[in-house]
Amino acid sequence: MSEILYEAPKTLEAAVALLAGAGGQARVLAGGTDLLIQMRAGRVVPGLLVDIKGIVEMTTIVAENGGFRFGAAASCMELVEHQAFAREWPGVTDAVKLIGSVQVKGRATVGGNLCNASPAADSVPALIAAGAVARIVGPGGTREARVEDIPAGPGRTTLADGEIVVSLFLPPRPARSGDAYLRFTPRTEMDIAVVGAGVNLTLDETGVCTHARVSLGAVAERALLVPEAAAALIGSKVDEGALGRLAAAASAACRPIADKRGTREFRVEVAGVLARRAAGIALDRARRKG
Amino acid sequence: MAKHHVSATLNGNDVEFLCETQQTLLEVLRDELHHTGTKEGCGTGDCGACSVTLDGRLVCSCLVLGVEARGKSIQTIEGMAEGTSLHPLQRKFLEHAALQCGVCTPGILIAARSLLERNPDPSEEEVRFWLAGNLCRCTGYNKIIEAVLDAAREMRGG
Repeated sequence: MSEILYEAPKTLEAAVALLAGAGGQARVLAGGTDLLIQMRAGRVVPGLLVDIKGIVEMTTIVAENGGFRFGAAASCMELVEHQAFAREWPGVTDAVKLIGSVQVKGRATVGGNLCNASPAADSVPALIAAGAVARIVGPGGTREARVEDIPAGPGRTTLADGEIVVSLFLPPRPARSGDAYLRFTPRTEMDIAVVGAGVNLTLDETGVCTHARVSLGAVAERALLVPEAAAALIGSKVDEGALGRLAAAASAACRPIADKRGTREFRVEVAGVLARRAAGIALDRARRKG
Repeated sequence: MAKHHVSATLNGNDVEFLCETQQTLLEVLRDELHHTGTKEGCGTGDCGACSVTLDGRLVCSCLVLGVEARGKSIQTIEGMAEGTSLHPLQRKFLEHAALQCGVCTPGILIAARSLLERNPDPSEEEVRFWLAGNLCRCTGYNKIIEAVLDAAREMRGG
């Protein structure tokens, strides 16, 4: 077999130059929990691996402008062990906790979960609901993109050749904000989402929802932002009527496949149920943050 | 191109090895460093038989490249006993008969030690969740969980 080169650059500039110089034959190596399996199976045959875990901006978790910025190559365990982050974003933390075993989370990264572009990736709907913004570098310089604009379909992203997701920024939280992520799997652990739902909302002093974002995973070719579902919550007290409209809008947004883990009809139904339950948890968390 | 020349520490001792890019840490441990206590089960990160710690972080060594271990501290089952004195987890696994074929055991011991380092007094549920990435097809898990809880008790001095 042909030789695979390996480089571990210390700077973003060096990483971008390595990718640009490899003519599309390079792969970014973050946690490796997807890539090494794809290489072992022969599905991916890279000429060069660019290990980006030695780049400081890509591995650190920092407070920034009242929000959080975490490196796309920080491990999932580092993220879930970050107590200040978990207090502010319990829904994102719950989603990251669901990514594989302790061993897998010790290597796997949220940037990798995003760029691997599985429609069932657990962290992605939670990040979309949170309003996360990715910082991207590439041959054309630095740009920012909302997380919902990055996955394009199974295994495909909107990143241009040679671009790298550097970090993810979660915005400052107003008072009375809460988020939640729920997924359905046949088993309780170590499984892939049949449906995932993320909800993030903010209440005013009287308990009326002033801001909401709702996202669904595993019910389309990529994770979806569902503004119609969020609209059902905004202006309401997140009461039974609003939750019913949220569930209906969530189900209506689904365009799932049918496979051995769930039929189309099942996924459409469960998307509504999970969105409703996630909204209930997010509401509870928002009320406690008064 | 020449192979990668990697220096690391293995169970506290300096080691050097040569590896190709695609060689996993598991392959390096077993085939280059002749530490065969770490087992290969699935090779895809699902079974946990190849669990080791890398700079104190529990990982599947089949999902790490050998070259990624450069400058890092690797801990394997071979470093668990001190001389002829077994680690409390190892003794409790024997006392509770928490193994049959033994292929999963090194990985489970490494994973359990990693848990007890972080949480000396885990609940049964916490042990079960922490070890969810380690498959055992013999024991049915109950004896493993009992052994870990008993070892934790002893290590707390109770």
